[in-house]
Amino acid sequence: MPFAHQHLLGIEPLSRADIERILDLATSMKEVLRRDIKKVPALRGKTVINCFFESSTRTRSSFEIAAKILSADAVNWASSGSSVSKGESLVDTARNLEAMRPDVLVVRHASAGAPHLVASRVGCAVVNAGDGAHEHPSQALLDAFTLRERWGSLEGRLVTIVGDVRHSRVARSNVLCLNRLGARVRLCGPPTMMPPGIEALGCEVFSDLRKAVDGADAVMMLRIQNERLAESVFPTTREYARVWGLSAAKTAWLKDDALILHPGPINRGVELEPDVADGPHSVILDQVENGVAVRMAILLLLAGAPEAQA
Amino acid sequence: MSSEAPKLILAGGRLVDPASGVDGVRWISIDGGTITAIEEGPPASTDGARVIDCAGKMVLPGLIDLHVHLREPGEEYKETIATGARAAAAGGFTAVVAMPNTRPVVDNAHLVRFVVDKGSEAGGARVYPSGAVSKGQEGKELAEIGDMRAAGIVCITDDGRPVMNPSLMRRALEYASAFDLTVMVHEEDLHLAGGGCMNEGPVATRLGLRGSPNAAEDAMVLRDVELCALTGGRLHIGHLSTAGAVRAVREAKRRGLPVTAEATPHHFTLTDEAVVGYDTRAKMCPPLRSRADVDAVREGLADGTIDAIATDHAPHSPVEKDVEFEKAANGIVGLETALALSLALVRDGVLTLPRMVERLSLGPARCFGLPGGQIERGGVADLTVVDADAEFRVDPGSFVSKGRYTPFEGWTLRGLATHTIVGGRLVFERHGKSEGSGR
Repeated sequence: MPFAHQHLLGIEPLSRADIERILDLATSMKEVLRRDIKKVPALRGKTVINCFFESSTRTRSSFEIAAKILSADAVNWASSGSSVSKGESLVDTARNLEAMRPDVLVVRHASAGAPHLVASRVGCAVVNAGDGAHEHPSQALLDAFTLRERWGSLEGRLVTIVGDVRHSRVARSNVLCLNRLGARVRLCGPPTMMPPGIEALGCEVFSDLRKAVDGADAVMMLRIQNERLAESVFPTTREYARVWGLSAAKTAWLKDDALILHPGPINRGVELEPDVADGPHSVILDQVENGVAVRMAILLLLAGAPEAQA
Repeated sequence: MSSEAPKLILAGGRLVDPASGVDGVRWISIDGGTITAIEEGPPASTDGARVIDCAGKMVLPGLIDLHVHLREPGEEYKETIATGARAAAAGGFTAVVAMPNTRPVVDNAHLVRFVVDKGSEAGGARVYPSGAVSKGQEGKELAEIGDMRAAGIVCITDDGRPVMNPSLMRRALEYASAFDLTVMVHEEDLHLAGGGCMNEGPVATRLGLRGSPNAAEDAMVLRDVELCALTGGRLHIGHLSTAGAVRAVREAKRRGLPVTAEATPHHFTLTDEAVVGYDTRAKMCPPLRSRADVDAVREGLADGTIDAIATDHAPHSPVEKDVEFEKAANGIVGLETALALSLALVRDGVLTLPRMVERLSLGPARCFGLPGGQIERGGVADLTVVDADAEFRVDPGSFVSKGRYTPFEGWTLRGLATHTIVGGRLVFERHGKSEGSGR
């Protein structure tokens, strides 16, 4: 059965069945990733262009490796030093890239909705690899994959996301994805980092970390960016770490088998103490590995032959 | 120009004139740019006159739009004074007030005269210039308001930008009163707005877009109402969009302060849900707000808190609009859809027909002390003939304006101007059957 979506622009348009299909396929992809010879011909002759209008190493490399394992030709296109810095519009850039006949454009952009604009103007598949503070669907999918791998199912589980939700596309995609898979979501952080009306996406909002993580099956810590200091959303990273950072002492508040996730890159000593990041609760490196498997599944569903998607 | 104006007879239309309270079928004779007779039956003689059959149509005082951006000088690729004045006429407007945020800014008498000259050559609606409050609209020093008044401005405004410095705002209100000028304001506390590109709330949060809260507008309206009380200067709140701003203006009027306000068709019709899909046709400043705000604006129009419907007609080209939402320019066109959207308020039971007509004619005329806004014997012949039932699909490709970006594209609306008469001259006439056509 062909995948019902031409693009992957966010979690919002996906049904639970769509999400489970991606995660199921990612399970097979992870098996491929762990082989000695990590190569299958599923996307041979296909071209994937990673268009990164905002810098990223981890996500771009993850998509690139995913494409290459599937035998697609992967090209990295970065906006710095390109036509964009010469004033080319996003629509023009997209149409020029499309003229090179790619099968998939993987788009990261600092403006929310930019991948949607690209998708409305090109004929190939578009994958949103992070747009402003809107969505980062492949991240939420790899997080869900990581949790499902441990738990079998997310149904009835409780996940607490801690940090700068206002500026976080990871948080938005995760709230949507976790809800669709039957989990409950709590958000925690200073009220300055909570966007108004976020509850409408399906979550409870806390400012007290201890209460927020009480009974949680997993805690996802978001990266705190120093740039936000200028916006007065918090006074110092020291105070943030004391109140909302996860220290070894505070892990006593967690359930014994609670999992700790982080989308990376970690600000060690701010949102996570080093001992916690590397400690027994942490599944952070699993997330990175699973990211490749999930992105293989996404590329295969969007660009593979229908029979390859089965 | 009135010396050459021909004789016209508007025959048997439903005259709706809020000033005199007339709402009935009349025959209106026009000669030499002046209304010479208003009669309940056909005039005795129609010799040498062009008779326009207005049966089944409404005849209204010429519509007045206090708030349009005509982009000339400087951005003629978006609009010119000529195309804007003709678009206004096609929308039924007989007069518009051109905002001064052009390139360069209209902050001196020379540029005011340029706008006046271009406006009188345009052959459309009358174009009244406005002048900047501050030199270059930089919010630092007052512009030469007296000189600009002598050259023809009808108000001062830094529209597009707020006057952030409250002390400058105080001086502007004081100084402008010497020249009997209203200060029109764009109310947005830029610190609170925080670079927001849409209304702050659940929709912005879902879309991951930075929002500007109602408080950014409310706080500035409250500030300026107090400055109005302090100085006694006339204050006009441009494109008011929040429930808080409506409340503040209502309270100011109850105190007897010289405060007036306008609201746009998009703010009384649409909510911030229109942004979903990152639609840059729904991006303007102030942004589209919540349902509660839309309801409050409608209530303000009904109870007279809001004096005028104004379009904030703000044409842009694809260069500014066919881009990422956050990067897109604020502003949409409105001249050619405002009348139909206002008539929808009557059909929705929000306004009576005479009140709606008042908000588009007499109300705005009074805000700035402009001529017109009423139909009287011996008065200037600025009139609009309207087919209130003409249904049309909004097709920006058929607009007279150069601007094409409107959130109402593709909507089916009812109500079109069929004849627009300025100073006794027919500056716009809709040809062919209006049914099913935008023009």
